[in-house]
Amino acid sequence: MAAVIQLQRQLLDYTTSLYNEAYLDGQFTQLQQLQDESNPDFVVEVVSLFFEDSQRLLDDLTATLNQQVVDFKRVDAHVHQLKGSSSSIGAQRVQRACIVFRNYCEQQNTEGCLKCLQQVKNEYYLVKNKLETLFKLEQQLVAAGGSIPMQ
Amino acid sequence: MPQTKELLHVLAVDDSLVDRKVIERLLKISSCKVTAVESGSSALQYLGLDGEKSSSVEFDRVSQGLCNQVNLIITDYSMPGMSGYQLLKKLKTSSALRKIPVVIMSSENIMSRIDRCLEQGAEDFLVKPVKLSDVERLKDYMLKGQGEDDKVKAAYKRKLQEDDPSSQSLSKRPPLVN
Repeated sequence: MAAVIQLQRQLLDYTTSLYNEAYLDGQFTQLQQLQDESNPDFVVEVVSLFFEDSQRLLDDLTATLNQQVVDFKRVDAHVHQLKGSSSSIGAQRVQRACIVFRNYCEQQNTEGCLKCLQQVKNEYYLVKNKLETLFKLEQQLVAAGGSIPMQ
Repeated sequence: MPQTKELLHVLAVDDSLVDRKVIERLLKISSCKVTAVESGSSALQYLGLDGEKSSSVEFDRVSQGLCNQVNLIITDYSMPGMSGYQLLKKLKTSSALRKIPVVIMSSENIMSRIDRCLEQGAEDFLVKPVKLSDVERLKDYMLKGQGEDDKVKAAYKRKLQEDDPSSQSLSKRPPLVN
């Protein structure tokens, strides 16, 4: 019983820190509210889709920006997609990095875009890490016999 | 076993896999049947608009129930190929389909875009990310049928860039310029 309480505490503290540091925003809470007994893995499923989608976009962006002649329309379209999906799961820092990125796309500034891509990648890997940790904590809690507290 | 109540059927159109999954869940939780497609052309195909046949042929097909029936179409604005706006136009110029309420979703809160969509006949314009409260409101359009034009136009949601906890209700706030 004590283990469950401690794990719940850990989970709560960790989640709070993610919101405080803007890794996640209110949209993530929305997703958690859509999860229930009939759809117990909803959040993990959506986030997994986000990871797959983002990796694909980041790989394509890397390739596109390293061409001799950069197709900025393509770059912009991909950043727009990434901005959208990160917003949909509440990955606020990734979303914000994408907004900055789009400005450099508009200016057709390759140097600037490459820097932004690095920034977006950094934010993406950070939030990916954080979310994986969060899911692990949830798993531990459930394994110990606890249930994930409703936000 | 006979169905005592038919679920409202929504056709969701979005090129983003993540967004399709979210909107599908939002709609299912609101007790709707959902069909999610990834493009405007897929949506038109689903609805029975071939694009090549004459509109009277399409009208016959739809009225004979040979095509899929939906109570609402919710579509993303920015999509590769056919945009949500182009899809909206095609729907509203189709004699068979123009009565189906259409809602546009967009991550960008641009006045001229919103106005253009409403002028073209969209019921509402939702700023992404879409929330449960947005979807719950959509059921009104589906249940009422066409709805009162003026009320809908006055009620479209504008969202500030920061999350505003009191923004659950519709309010006429000027959008921030991007």
